[in-house]
Amino acid sequence: MLTLTCPCCGVTVEETELAPGGEAHLKRFGPGSTDAEFETYMFARKNPKGVHFERWRHAYGCGKWFLAARCTVSWEVFGTYPAQTTEPPAELIAKIKEKRPGWEGWK
Amino acid sequence: MRRYSIFAVAREALRYHSGWEKAWASPEPKKRYDVIVVGAGGHGLATAYYLGKVHGIKNVAIIEKGWLGGGNTGRNTTIIRSNYLQDPSAAIYEKARSLYEGLSQDLNYNVMFSPRGLLMLAQSEHEMRGYKRTVYANNLQNVETRWIEPKEVKKLVPILNIAGPRYPVLGALLQEKGGTARHDAVAWGYARACSDMGMDLLQNTEVTGVRTAGGKVVGVDTTRGSIDCGKLAIVVAGHSSVLAGMAGFRLPIESMALQAWVSEPIKPTIDVVVMANLVHGYMSQSDKGELVIGGGTDGFNNYSQRGSWHHVEETTRALIETFPVISRLKMLRQWGGIVDMTGDRSPILSKTPVDGIFVNCGWGTGGFKAIPGSGFAMAELVAKGYSPLAAEFGMHRFKEGQFIDESVAAGVAH
Repeated sequence: MLTLTCPCCGVTVEETELAPGGEAHLKRFGPGSTDAEFETYMFARKNPKGVHFERWRHAYGCGKWFLAARCTVSWEVFGTYPAQTTEPPAELIAKIKEKRPGWEGWK
Repeated sequence: MRRYSIFAVAREALRYHSGWEKAWASPEPKKRYDVIVVGAGGHGLATAYYLGKVHGIKNVAIIEKGWLGGGNTGRNTTIIRSNYLQDPSAAIYEKARSLYEGLSQDLNYNVMFSPRGLLMLAQSEHEMRGYKRTVYANNLQNVETRWIEPKEVKKLVPILNIAGPRYPVLGALLQEKGGTARHDAVAWGYARACSDMGMDLLQNTEVTGVRTAGGKVVGVDTTRGSIDCGKLAIVVAGHSSVLAGMAGFRLPIESMALQAWVSEPIKPTIDVVVMANLVHGYMSQSDKGELVIGGGTDGFNNYSQRGSWHHVEETTRALIETFPVISRLKMLRQWGGIVDMTGDRSPILSKTPVDGIFVNCGWGTGGFKAIPGSGFAMAELVAKGYSPLAAEFGMHRFKEGQFIDESVAAGVAH
């Protein structure tokens, strides 16, 4: 079973305590944006086979949203971090690059 | 190809079955094909089959990284139905269901299509209204379904607990022409027919790159070398985003795990397919006697062909409440497949930003039932550039907001 550490309350919990929220770091587009921008924001997803940055909510715990870097093939979790950021922390990216030398980066 | 028949069985019985041919050939790849289909699952093979049969395009290769029918085609719960709410869905799924009726004769391969009837239980007021509405819609779409009251449900499925207490059965949507088929046989039958038409089935051949020139596809790189093509059809379900990435565009798709499992074999217990969408489980009995059970997808992106244990637990728990008689059964096997989910839970059959590349994906949790119709429409789209059955399933619908919203139309479990 997938386990993640909630960076807000610090506990490591099983997946049943969490609610998945899809791809992280999407740039939000609203009124005034072009059709293509809005479509990309709403629907186009990286859906990588490998390192994935994603949103989770500690639904049956502190209730807070947080972000995680996880491999979609092996389920290896590289790290979790608070949601109040527009890009992953530098040290987490360095850690993933060390573990996955061929990784093309998060963008 | 030697046809299968009662005479063939009798002939072979007299000579120790020494005369059966291989069902399909395993050739070396050619330099170039008119059309390359990536993915030898049901949808890919059906696409190739109808390209040859209906449109006369037979210089075709079907490339498969594993073995044919080894992905979701061999992992689903084999349910066939067409009781969808939206018109475009009903059209393509009903086309598929009607093709299933004659598929064994068409392919000269017994796909064991069993139109045993399919029930979708209504266990809340909301579901009851929703399914009644679907029945009205189906009647307008020439899809035969009807609403039945709890008494008739109990008569059709005596092992069903209709009294509740938590989820009393308030009635059901019945599609008498729905049912099941043998999933492997569907892939094998199409593969044999494709091979017979001279198409090349390239198994254990993984596509590693898509080559384009001036915005047009020219070929693919594979683990068995480069192969040129005129057109490319990407029909790879859970790996659609990976292939699209190679071709340089993005799809509105997320890959997730969907699991299924079977019980130990028991005597005939249930002779229809039952779907309980409120508690999110569905069950039928295979010809071997195993109860075939499926539930919902996991909620997170996944390429690992295994899912979360708690979904198995939740679905089994829900089905035990619905069918108390199964509570002592042992579960025999459990497995997962990677399904390609779109935002509106409807498939994508579409041209792409790259000229000559077509995608058929997004069937999500309900692709098996659609295989013949999907292949038929996709073949037309690839051959002619337009298919009336596929027209509304284009990628443009996400930009234009023309969704075919089956997720709202109670199509949660397929």
